[in-house]
Amino acid sequence: MIGPSVTHSTFVIERNYPATPQRVFGAFSDPIKKRRWFAEGEGLAIKEFEMDFRVGGLERSSFRLENGMICTNNTIYQDILPDRRIVFAYTMSINGNRISSSQATTEFLPATNGTNLIFTEQAAFFEGADGPQIRKEGWRQILNQLEKEIVRQVENANA
Amino acid sequence: MLSQSAEIDRVFHALGDPTRRAIMEKLSEGPISVSRLAKPLSITLAAVVQHLQVLEKSGLVHTEKAGRVRTCRMEPKGLSVAEQWIGDRRSLWERRFDRLGDLLAEPDEN
Repeated sequence: MIGPSVTHSTFVIERNYPATPQRVFGAFSDPIKKRRWFAEGEGLAIKEFEMDFRVGGLERSSFRLENGMICTNNTIYQDILPDRRIVFAYTMSINGNRISSSQATTEFLPATNGTNLIFTEQAAFFEGADGPQIRKEGWRQILNQLEKEIVRQVENANA
Repeated sequence: MLSQSAEIDRVFHALGDPTRRAIMEKLSEGPISVSRLAKPLSITLAAVVQHLQVLEKSGLVHTEKAGRVRTCRMEPKGLSVAEQWIGDRRSLWERRFDRLGDLLAEPDEN
C-alpha cells in the first residue's frame, strides 16, 4: 500500500477526580499505584513493569496481547513539576516493531471539587512499521467492530 | 459528492455481507488479482466481481485493469488502520483513567 508512512494525531482527555492534586499526582509517581491503574486491569499478562520516576528516568512495560503478540512501551520522563505536571515521551512497539512515538503531557489542575486532569498526547503513528500481520490484525478488529455496530443498528431498527 | 450519512450507509451496507468482509480481510494483506481473490472464497468470479463493485462504490476498494488482469486493493481513504490505532490509543487511556478514578476512590492510606 502506497501512502504516508506517518500519521500525526493529537488527542486530549479531561477528567475530574474528587481528590487533591497531590494525591492524583501520587498515583503517577508511586510505581505500586501506577502499576495498578496503568498496567493491571486490561486482562493482559504483564511481562514487565518498571519505572524510574525522575526527569530523564525510564519506564518500560510490556504485555502479552490476546493474539500472542508482545506490546512494549518505552517511556522517558521529560519534565516533572510535582503535583502540577508530568511530561513524558514514549514509543509503543508490537513484536519489536515500533508503531508509534508520542509526547504526552499530564496536567493536574486544582479545582473546587478536587483535581482536573488534562492529558494531551501528540502522536506519530508509523503506518509503514506495522507489518502485514499487524495490519491484518488491525483490520480484523475494525471488521469485528463494524459487525457489532451493524448488529446493534439492526437490533435498534427492529426494536 | 455523496452526503456524509449516505456514504456511511453505503459503507455499512457494503460491510454488512460476510463475503464482502472476507474480501476486505483478504485485501488487508495487500493488492491481489480478482481471479486469485475468487479462489479461496469458493464463489464464482462473477459473484466476486459483483461484490467488488459494491465495495468500490462505497469507497472501500479500488480496482484497476492492467492488460487482462484486474487487480484490486483496499482504498486507504475509506478506513485507515492508523485511524483505528488512534481510536484504540485514546480508549486505552480512557480505561486507564477510569481505573485511576477507582484507585482514588479508595480510602487514602496516607
